[in-house]
Amino acid sequence: MDHQILTTVLFLAVVALTIGITVRASRQTSGTADFYAGGRSFSPVQNGLAIGGDYMSAASFLGITGIIALSGYDGFLYSIGFLVAWLVALLLVAEMLRNSGRFTMADQLAFRMKRRPVRMAAATSTVVVSIFYLLAQMVGAGTLVALLLGVDSQTVKNIVILGVGVLMIFYVTVGGMKGTTYVQIVKAVLLMAGSAVIVVLVLAQYGFNLSELLGAAASNSGSGQAFLEPGLKYGVSLTSKLDFLSLGIALVLGTAGLPHILIRFYTVPTAQDARKSVLWAIGIIGVFYLFTLVLGFGAAALLDVSTLDASGNLAAPRLAEEVGGGAGSTGGAILLALIAAVAFATILAVVAGLTLTSSASVAHDVYNNVFKKGEATEAQEIKVTRIAAGAIGLVAILLAIPAQSLNIAFLVALAFAVAASANLPTIVLNIFWRRFNTRGALWSIYGGLISAVGLVIFSPVMSGAETSLITGSDFAWFPLSNPGIVSIPLGFLFGIIGSLTTREPAAEDRYTELEVRALTGAGAEQASSH
Amino acid sequence: MSSDTTPHDQAARHDPVYDALADDADFLELRRRYRSFVFPATAAFLAWFLLYVVMSNWAGDFMGQRLFGNINVALVFGLLQFVTTFGIAYLYSRFSASRLDPLGAKLAADYETGKR
Repeated sequence: MDHQILTTVLFLAVVALTIGITVRASRQTSGTADFYAGGRSFSPVQNGLAIGGDYMSAASFLGITGIIALSGYDGFLYSIGFLVAWLVALLLVAEMLRNSGRFTMADQLAFRMKRRPVRMAAATSTVVVSIFYLLAQMVGAGTLVALLLGVDSQTVKNIVILGVGVLMIFYVTVGGMKGTTYVQIVKAVLLMAGSAVIVVLVLAQYGFNLSELLGAAASNSGSGQAFLEPGLKYGVSLTSKLDFLSLGIALVLGTAGLPHILIRFYTVPTAQDARKSVLWAIGIIGVFYLFTLVLGFGAAALLDVSTLDASGNLAAPRLAEEVGGGAGSTGGAILLALIAAVAFATILAVVAGLTLTSSASVAHDVYNNVFKKGEATEAQEIKVTRIAAGAIGLVAILLAIPAQSLNIAFLVALAFAVAASANLPTIVLNIFWRRFNTRGALWSIYGGLISAVGLVIFSPVMSGAETSLITGSDFAWFPLSNPGIVSIPLGFLFGIIGSLTTREPAAEDRYTELEVRALTGAGAEQASSH
Repeated sequence: MSSDTTPHDQAARHDPVYDALADDADFLELRRRYRSFVFPATAAFLAWFLLYVVMSNWAGDFMGQRLFGNINVALVFGLLQFVTTFGIAYLYSRFSASRLDPLGAKLAADYETGKR
């Protein structure tokens, strides 16, 4: 019982800390530039940490550790893809977006396209991607808390999902971007420190010899050397190999299309600072994904993998308990509680970023620019953001409850696939291709979105397999769980064909300003001064 | 263009200073330098990453070869992806600071003096 009291105290401490930060930040927030972009006044180090905090989600910490623990080397693809993807953001997107937009992904399209339809489209895909991503976090939260309370009760998990939903609405409505950013910075520090402790303790058991750790993982897994080689999970058939390839493509191209990552580039004063914050983020995230390798193989080596849940989401906290001294020991209880609290903080920070992004897009793009023709006051816009945060929170809660059997790294991979199919083609074509126009943008967003989501609906994720969401009927004609290999090229193709089948002189004309601004920062939004 | 103000349409036409800047030799040079770095670099890291995924799928014997202890080619290949990512990020930060930022700053200053 003792460790449950400790755990509860730590969880409440995390919640209290984040609430305190949020309330404090709310006092420094006035107007939309503060509310959506934190006044554009964060330093590159702060923003780099916040990007890390926004990006290293429960999917990375719990999901990757679980996948490596269960399937060995194949899980490492997630770590690599999630990191390499940052080069797309660094080289092609971050600075360009900072110079040409204000608050949302849509701003940069509205620069030269017909504003109302492109804002509507960009807001739609922002909300869809964010909700997929939110589901993963909330499922993680439910699993985590149920483990800690030692109950496998569906009611408890549902209550936790509800609680996380309420908290995320609170962060966004009260703290805005400043509050969200500080929560993410604190979380990034906690997560890095917490996982570093576990990594050191795991490695210490093997004399800091990685080869010995791997050997122990291989023999304990029951699969032998195959556990350390690619193919255990994805190598069984041509279909599964294509699934692996499709996953890799979605991971590497998805990051730079994630709306909650994109809006972080607006929180710094200049494009140079956006670049520097991505460099910091790459450093932090890179080290973290190296940690996941040790965590995953550590879990495989030290835990009885057959007792893990089928999704593997609990491998990381169980590993913490094991290296702390094992179940029943004081050290084990303390580390389990600490790591679980860190994971919980991770989830809270990510859901805050996602909710802010999607509700800001609803208010700024749809309410103000589509319905109010850009004439809403800042106060009205912020009010609508708060209402939208409530609505999005509610939708996420309702969808998360039936999604609990899915591995959360996999759920996040779906969000990446949608982002890579709908958003990335649009962003890249808009910045680099003068001939791109409104029809092309609409086709690539809606085409990419519908392809990615549609293929998932008709995939084994939804029906026809033992692990499907819907049992009892089979309408899966698309064999891959990951749609990216088809839907991402389609997103680009739709954008190109849509543009080439019509001419829009105004969009081509305004490309001149977009390009000059994107490359030089001439006329870009300035930091607000307080 | 009379349609500039209709809400369904594009944003108003931009300040003509942007047209002048777009034709400026310094801008053309900035764009050339930027693209000559990022396009090949993007092609390279994407190809390198895809090679890794393809090898994992279809070159299992090669990837499974043990180099020392339990460290096999697959693990080293994966870790090399980290190394190249850090490396390209570092090279780009140096390149952009020395070759792009000075031109960008000059053009941004021209914008401030030339804008209406």
